[in-house]
Amino acid sequence: MAAGLAASAGARPALEHVSGAATTEKGIRKVPTFCDICFWKCGAIAHVKDGRLWKVEGNPEDPLSRGRLCPRGTGGVGAYFDPDRLKVPLVRRQKRGQEEWVQTTWDEALNVVAGKMETIKTKWGAEAMALFAHGLGGTFLKHTLKAYGSPNIAAPSFAQCRGPRDVGFALTFGEEIGSPERTDIRNARCLVLIGSHLGENMHNTQAQEFAEAVGAGASIIVVDPRFSVAASKAKHYLPIRPGTDMALLLAWMHVIVGEGLYDKEYVAAHGYGFVQFQAELEPYTPEWAYPETGIAPDAIRETAREMARYRPATLIHPGRHATWYGDDSQRSRAVALLNALMGSWGRKGGFWTPSSMDVPGYPYPAYPKSTKGKVDNPGSRHRFATESITTGIREATLTGQPYPVKGWMVYATNLINALPNQEETIRAIQALELLVVVDVAPSEIAGWADVVLPESTYLERYDELNVESFREPFVALRQPVLHSPHDQKPNWWIARTLAGKLGLQAYYPWKTIEDYLDHRLAKANLSFTELKRKGIIRGAAVPVYFDDGVEPSFPTPSGKIEFYSTQLHDAGFDPVPKYTRHPEPPAGSFRLLFGRAPMHTFSRTQSNPLLHDLMSENEVWVNADVASRLGLDDGRYVRLRNQDGVLGQRIRVKATERIRPDCVFMVHGFGHTSKMMRRALGKGASDAQLITRYKTDPLMGGTGMNVNFVTIEAEA
Amino acid sequence: MARYGMVIDTRRCVGCMDCVVACKTENQVPEGFDRDWIATDTTGRFPNLHLEIRSERCNHCDAPPCVDCCPTGASHVEPFGHVVLVTPEQCIGCKACLASCPYDARFVNPDGFADKCTFCIHRVKEGLDPACVSVCPTRCMTFGDLDDPRSEVNRLIESRTHHALIPAAGTSPRIFYLT
Ligand code: SF4
Ligand code: SF4
Ligand code: SF4
Repeated sequence: MAAGLAASAGARPALEHVSGAATTEKGIRKVPTFCDICFWKCGAIAHVKDGRLWKVEGNPEDPLSRGRLCPRGTGGVGAYFDPDRLKVPLVRRQKRGQEEWVQTTWDEALNVVAGKMETIKTKWGAEAMALFAHGLGGTFLKHTLKAYGSPNIAAPSFAQCRGPRDVGFALTFGEEIGSPERTDIRNARCLVLIGSHLGENMHNTQAQEFAEAVGAGASIIVVDPRFSVAASKAKHYLPIRPGTDMALLLAWMHVIVGEGLYDKEYVAAHGYGFVQFQAELEPYTPEWAYPETGIAPDAIRETAREMARYRPATLIHPGRHATWYGDDSQRSRAVALLNALMGSWGRKGGFWTPSSMDVPGYPYPAYPKSTKGKVDNPGSRHRFATESITTGIREATLTGQPYPVKGWMVYATNLINALPNQEETIRAIQALELLVVVDVAPSEIAGWADVVLPESTYLERYDELNVESFREPFVALRQPVLHSPHDQKPNWWIARTLAGKLGLQAYYPWKTIEDYLDHRLAKANLSFTELKRKGIIRGAAVPVYFDDGVEPSFPTPSGKIEFYSTQLHDAGFDPVPKYTRHPEPPAGSFRLLFGRAPMHTFSRTQSNPLLHDLMSENEVWVNADVASRLGLDDGRYVRLRNQDGVLGQRIRVKATERIRPDCVFMVHGFGHTSKMMRRALGKGASDAQLITRYKTDPLMGGTGMNVNFVTIEAEA
Repeated sequence: MARYGMVIDTRRCVGCMDCVVACKTENQVPEGFDRDWIATDTTGRFPNLHLEIRSERCNHCDAPPCVDCCPTGASHVEPFGHVVLVTPEQCIGCKACLASCPYDARFVNPDGFADKCTFCIHRVKEGLDPACVSVCPTRCMTFGDLDDPRSEVNRLIESRTHHALIPAAGTSPRIFYLT
């Protein structure tokens, strides 16, 4: 049936001051909320002028945005107006992946989903249904899936992004870095970025603090095969050979320990296993590291001493996207250990201790207990995984081991471009009995779905509260500014309605999201009315450094900073990180590196008209000499071919001095193939398509993706 | 009366283009057009490089050729802040000003008139900074009165090395880049 545009089963949220496209509203209305164009959750104020969405500005009360959004946040207006956004529920008509749809009602679409989920539960057990959900918006879908009985809930942010970093730091300090990261960039007097392109990687608060550090004359050390924007601000730029970061980290520590430049008092008070650690560092001289990294011994010594000069206000940034070569949690551990030598954990200019408001959760009935356990990490083969592994769920879907997975629900994450090896993802999808995609934009994964459920943008919905763990406690509210322009629904409504159809009403004792929010806030003695008016309520500031009264505590097995890790030793891994040499690209090939641009989030924003206008396609960065040797002029189209013969999409050459000759770089998220994403379709190339190989981190299951090599083929 | 100008710290700017998108939403600049943009200059050879990132727009020149060549008086120097503006109703779309501007700061709006940066004079009149200045996450832009010896813009110009764009064009631009 094709009557999809008719009003659906769900009532429009009864809200004051909410207006749709046709309106008689006059004047300027300002609604505080928080952004959802990336996951940083910056406080924002939406402006509606004469009933039409005008602009989104930062909320000055918010410690994350500090009154200033990033380009994506400022471009949030475009998400609302995007003509390509999903509009009505869709049910697949043809074979999977052919993007042939029938528009339908919410009632019918959710009946299909609930029916298939019931069948899966009967045939295979509730565990056979998995959820991939990225970001705060996934809260209620997670709740529904847990109530249904599935423990298999994962996000690519762990195994494809920050997982190794969090594991490496937790193994060392007993605690994770968190998101927003607990980095005190604004007070750092020496900031070391190793493979982290802050500024291009535009996590708003961090980018702001980075500029502050630059403005205050902090000594910046940047290690990157590419002369990034951050590198252009650096006192020392080290153009490292890709894949050898561990060698540099070990050589730095060799110098710092060897020359006695570390914080001896701090290490004596808080360190465990320093003697063994020291012995392990012995062989890693700067002279040893030189042929590995391409960085001269003098430069290694000079930068090591520079770091020591400013400690403890020396911050070696843990990075975010840390899945590079498969030994990533050990590399992150080396970063953690270098910070430990600086005594920067718990110190001003290093890492602060986060805090949050005490806002109790909603009192739900207990979830059913799974007898089968989680599917993604059988036998705990990745002993130190702290979250579910997306690629583990994919593998179980493909092999049926340790038990079959037959249904995927995917919320706001484009798995086709997020997971390495697209062919494996597509094969896994073919093995499913149900694929449901809930999203704002018609991503590639939506193209493969059986049912596509269009979510409202953040400007049209309430969401879970943001009870942030940050430098200071606060709670923030996302609230609707306008009605959805078509038949889109908020995720809470989708999750709740689906639960109803699955007979799980008991898990949704609240009627409207306002009841839910009000209940949680009342329990915390906070006023929902005040939060609606201000968008954010701040708690009392608490100490954030050891020197201000934070009691040093390291929840590791030894209760100390583990220079030597007994748990790693006992599990058969290196207790102190060691260097492994990674394969080099064969002659004529280049290592494929990828990263971020400030105006786009993953593959989610390319069809946003405002952000598309800023950057409509990506380029492949090729060293200028290499480009001229290959006869490739700046701006001409080429295709990359990877070591497995996969030919990439058309992409322009950026012939530049700003990259080493042995690698190429491109911004992630382009090369859309979804026919529904008309504006972004066929613009630029997808790095993900060329990432057919990956190396799995044995500790935690992360997928190192910087292991692919490409050649460049000129386009006629 | 003030003489407004901008000082932009290229050390802090990360080229994020937030200033560009803020201008688009604030002023409802038509899709495909820009009143401000980012320029990057790379000099040197890998790995010894220097990169300057600049947020550029109309310089609100003290000697504006775009005003001198305008046959109708649509392009004019507004007494308020000595800002160079275009009155759309008077503009005949002849493009003389587009040709005369050495900075390529102007475009023809789809509605037929010459369009460009206004220094967000509607905001400045309300005591606000221009949209691009107030949005910039790195706080690298400062807006103010060049005729006021105690203004922050003058303090910055006096305390740091700086340059303006194409000084040889003789237009006396009022946007200064700190290096
Ligand atoms: S917003 Fe600020 S940091 Fe970003 S490009 Fe513009 S001037 Fe530079
Ligand atoms: S920058 Fe161009 S448009 Fe602006 S005042 Fe100068 S000459 Fe005129
Ligand atoms: S001053 Fe206003 S009009 Fe000019 S570039 Fe900035 S935002 Fe645009």
